[in-house]
Amino acid sequence: MSLVSELRAIGEQYPESRSAILPALRLAQERYGWLPPEALVEVAEALDVTPAYCMSVASFYDLFQLERAGEHMVEVCTNVCCGLVNAQAVLEAFERELGIAPGETTADGSVTLRAAECLGGCSTPTIVAVDHRYRQSVTPEDVPAIVREMRVNG
Amino acid sequence: MAETTIGFEPPAVVLAGAIEEPLTDLASYRAVGGYAQLEKARAMSPQDVTELLIQSNLRGRGGAFFPTGRKASFIPTPDKVAKPIYLTVNADESEPGTFKDREIMLRVPHRLLEGCLIAAYAIASKHVFIYIRGEYSREYEVLEAARVEAAGAGLMGDVTITIHRGAGAYICGEETALLESLEGKRGQPRSKPPFPAIQGLYASPTLINNVETITNVPKVLELGAQEYAQLGAPPDSTGTRVWCLSGNVARPGAYETPHGITARHLIYEIGGGLPEGRELKAVMIGGSSFPVMTPDELDTPLDANALGAVGLFIGSGVVTVIDDRTCAVQFALRVAQFYMHESCGKCTPCRVGTRWLVQFMQAVEDGTASENDFDTVLDVCDRIIGKCLCVLGDSAAMHVASWITKFRDEFRSHLEHGGCPFGADSSLANLFAPVDQHHHTPVPQEVPV
Repeated sequence: MSLVSELRAIGEQYPESRSAILPALRLAQERYGWLPPEALVEVAEALDVTPAYCMSVASFYDLFQLERAGEHMVEVCTNVCCGLVNAQAVLEAFERELGIAPGETTADGSVTLRAAECLGGCSTPTIVAVDHRYRQSVTPEDVPAIVREMRVNG
Repeated sequence: MAETTIGFEPPAVVLAGAIEEPLTDLASYRAVGGYAQLEKARAMSPQDVTELLIQSNLRGRGGAFFPTGRKASFIPTPDKVAKPIYLTVNADESEPGTFKDREIMLRVPHRLLEGCLIAAYAIASKHVFIYIRGEYSREYEVLEAARVEAAGAGLMGDVTITIHRGAGAYICGEETALLESLEGKRGQPRSKPPFPAIQGLYASPTLINNVETITNVPKVLELGAQEYAQLGAPPDSTGTRVWCLSGNVARPGAYETPHGITARHLIYEIGGGLPEGRELKAVMIGGSSFPVMTPDELDTPLDANALGAVGLFIGSGVVTVIDDRTCAVQFALRVAQFYMHESCGKCTPCRVGTRWLVQFMQAVEDGTASENDFDTVLDVCDRIIGKCLCVLGDSAAMHVASWITKFRDEFRSHLEHGGCPFGADSSLANLFAPVDQHHHTPVPQEVPV
């Protein structure tokens, strides 16, 4: 099944197909790794909206990548609850280990590092989402192993 | 950990049976009486189910504390409206300090689904949408697996439940922004009226409830309205709360107790107090959208009326412990940065005001603000509150203003020191905020002549 037909099938689950734009953009992003212009064209075609409309929606939401991102995504919660415990030290450990600042991607294109707003895991700080999977109670000492694991898993 | 969550009379409601091990599969939920209340509800008239909710005085756990039964009673009956009626469950939990809905979805997904089906029956809705925040991957999988299992067991009747994943936007927890997002648009709030009960999703009558609220519904039926209404701190704060205890506390966690417990009890008895012998400085109570609690208010019962009497809010059950290593200005700055990042940009007072709050807090932190700026920023707060379509800006203003008014001496000492008196010793020193990582179009170094 082509991506467009898969996207259209998501649209059919809703009373109005446009409602499927978030799940459709999510699926397209999973396929491409980010949302290149051709992905927006395919989503638009499947849901009977324009690519520009898809762009206006995608640009509103944090999880959509409108620029090429790394193969892996590391998001460190730096809101107050994690911050009170050790979030800044965890973020800085990733910066050191990866050699990049938050918002940047490593030169080999393998990892993007981001700071994130509250991820809803406040009782087990610091929360780090690695490829959108939560790691709980992360300490700066855990960081080298997390980075190694990501690189091994290619 | 279990001994810290029990020992309350009566025991857990929302998390009942799931304190030790989660009740994720249908068989284990059935073993604690799961889906019996759905059967009971379907044998009643829809109006009687709504009436039970009204009598129980169950109120919204998402932050607004609006009476749930009354909200359901605003939905027109199918004979009065030619359109479908929708139930939408708000699982877009993103308020800093809040993680109870995540715990509920992981531990008792079937109780949430049972609540959805009972509430859908009460308002004659055939389509339920659960809008779950986009970052919650595992939670989505657990809930979706439970949905498939419940559907396979024939529990849905003629109701469809769709679990809809958001994509990272705090504002989509605001009910009308959530509806916009669910309609496939940017998540920007609508003006009210019309209220969602009349014109909600696809301009149809729509009931919107928080995850914890809906998960209470089977227990209201099980206990009966009268018994439920005696739990907690009646008449207005009935039932239990899943408190979100976090921050500088020995045993953080989601703890369910009846309403009316004190923050002191939660922090010191259940949470084991502050680690490393630190002193309590403040408590972020209710969430980042509400004024901060000071240690002299610790014995206020956590019920909406008692908190309201001292200018505090119960919110989404947040109890974030802040110890004496924390700089008040840095805390307020980080919260202001959150709201600046999450403002949808639709209303000017919020879009511009949240940015001003950040600039002001940064200037205080750097020691470059002046005494007059305190009153200017409180004036800015006044000009945000009540001036926008939704309460995002109000939330930022209320929280930040509370730090300025309750910790004014500490703010002033920043000006006297020409910077932060904590130096690098504050636990929030140099805390990076996502608002600072956005890419901006690079400005060319040299403009060709």
